[in-house]
Amino acid sequence: METGKPGSSGSSGSSGSSGKGVPAPMAEERLGASRAERLSALAQRHGALVTLILVALAASIGFDTFATGDNLANMAVSSAFLAVVALGMTFVVITGGIDLSVGSLFALGGVLAAWGSRYGTAVALLLPLAVCGVIGLVNGVLIARARLAPFIVTLAAMLLARGVLLSVTDEGSTTYLVDETSFFARLGQDTLLGIGVPVWITGALFVMGAVALRRSRFGQYVYAVGGNEDAAALMGAPVARTKIAVYTLSGLCAGLAGALNAAWLVSGVTILGAGLELEAISAVVIGGTLLTGGYGFISGSLVGVLLLKVIQNVINQIGSLDSAYQQVVSGAFLAVVVIAQTWLGRRRRML
Amino acid sequence: MTEPAAPRRVPWDRARTPAFLQGYGVYAGVAVLLLANVLLTPHFLSAENFRTQAVQVAPVLVVALGMALAIGAEGVDLSVGSVMALSTSLLSLYLGYGPWIALIAAVVGGAAVGLANGSLIAFVGVQPIVATLALMVAGRGLALVLLPQLRDVRDPGMAALGSQDLLGVPHPVLIAAVLALAVGFTVRRTTFGRQLLAIGDSRPAARLAGLPVRRVLIVVYICSGVLAAIAGVLATARLQASDPTSLGTLMELSAITAVVVGGTPLSGGRIRIGGTVAGAVLIQLLTATLIKHDLPPSWTQIAQAVVIVLAVHAARERGKR
Repeated sequence: METGKPGSSGSSGSSGSSGKGVPAPMAEERLGASRAERLSALAQRHGALVTLILVALAASIGFDTFATGDNLANMAVSSAFLAVVALGMTFVVITGGIDLSVGSLFALGGVLAAWGSRYGTAVALLLPLAVCGVIGLVNGVLIARARLAPFIVTLAAMLLARGVLLSVTDEGSTTYLVDETSFFARLGQDTLLGIGVPVWITGALFVMGAVALRRSRFGQYVYAVGGNEDAAALMGAPVARTKIAVYTLSGLCAGLAGALNAAWLVSGVTILGAGLELEAISAVVIGGTLLTGGYGFISGSLVGVLLLKVIQNVINQIGSLDSAYQQVVSGAFLAVVVIAQTWLGRRRRML
Repeated sequence: MTEPAAPRRVPWDRARTPAFLQGYGVYAGVAVLLLANVLLTPHFLSAENFRTQAVQVAPVLVVALGMALAIGAEGVDLSVGSVMALSTSLLSLYLGYGPWIALIAAVVGGAAVGLANGSLIAFVGVQPIVATLALMVAGRGLALVLLPQLRDVRDPGMAALGSQDLLGVPHPVLIAAVLALAVGFTVRRTTFGRQLLAIGDSRPAARLAGLPVRRVLIVVYICSGVLAAIAGVLATARLQASDPTSLGTLMELSAITAVVVGGTPLSGGRIRIGGTVAGAVLIQLLTATLIKHDLPPSWTQIAQAVVIVLAVHAARERGKR
């Protein structure tokens, strides 16, 4: 299994050389699995959730301001946007790819939504979806049909989207505002049963995403392409079409998240989204999805997003710490999770 | 490095055209841009203009040299921009002890990030993209923790580094040229260079051949970190200020573009230092051309994105071999 070492970089375009198969349903895995193997699978699957619960418990004991309704509601709404981006990213990462353009697409989606909101809610929602979807589609075509390395294509798309954003906003000097009484603004600001509308939308999207990934043919193709691209092609899975679909989906999610964020902020802020792609990738990886592809879950990404946001919140609560510590902690956390994943994966392969 | 005369004895066959284009297209691109500028841009042919362009390209080039090493070893280093920020923070913090100590602190910082990258990649077996991504986030954060906001750098040594010249060549350009020659020599003529290319070509084969794969990989990423730190020092010297929030953002993209446009394949096993230099110059000229014709920065970014995709697309043909 030398080729299965995760040392091969994703630069070769087809990163499907990893030795992991399509994940079998848990029940099947349990039958033949030894105790240690089961433990490492459990750690991979639920490690993030356990950490989240522990951190949240410690935070609510340590700070009286943490477990208050206001703080939790704020955290939920601010996680919602990142969660939507991470949802699209999860699909991409499971196919063994990576999408670095989501941060710029998020910002672009917000600006386009704010600009379009003067023509009504439909334009405000559809315009960012269309533009970001098209950029995602181009990413997918370049990656799947022209077989270029995902990270370089999406890096270029990040630059492209940032350029489009600047040209739409007079080189970043114009900030379009959303009319606060419009339906679009209420979509971002209203609450339903005490929970913000963006949170509801995010929840619905996650349920849909989980169903699509677990229960639909498309979801199985996504796993198959990530597990082993050549095998998936031999099996008759539409590899190129699946890849194009996941990058388009990621673009759509980023655009939608940007639009919702603009509705929440009632303006199209141009400087948003830098580093968002890293946060989204971190969340996906922390949630147990393997960057080598073929293994991962939607629920894990949600847990990853919440964990990142709780850590951020705790750092803000400490107050004496600079907000730059957030980045240090996120980066270190990402490194630790990746090391743990590699170690668990290697153990499982040896067993 | 001038363009070598291509061996024309071999009969010209069509299959060689893309390979030729990929290998030397970047020189042609630089030539076309120079020509177009000479004809179309007023005041382009002045010593002052060339000096400005050269000083601006120096940090990008130095970063691209390290990136070329990482890409040659079938990896990539996304943390270079953050290393530049970290280096400018460290430089500004330790400047009180004198410029040399500050310089050493900055370089040690870069080497430490490189060591972390290399260890994650070589010992833990993490993909280079992910490992350097983690250090990219953490490095920028660390830089901001050390130095939260912009600070002026007032030091005669740094001022001399940034604005004076030796025999008419500005110091940053001189340093970049020396580093390019050194890296070119290392890749072409030393055991380390050969080992690096062998590992980039096929890591399992290199391991079976008994090469010290881990050690070489770690040294590659340390080199990349050190070069990025030097680029951070050069950029700081030119700006006469330390700005960890914005210094080096998107630098990884410029560096990767320079390397790829220069004909180094992303699949590793080949490094073209001359092409990398030309690639960095090409991007600088492209940006300068667009700016001089009053096109907004948004256009520059879009143009750069298109150039990257085209270059990678052209490089792909060669990668199949």
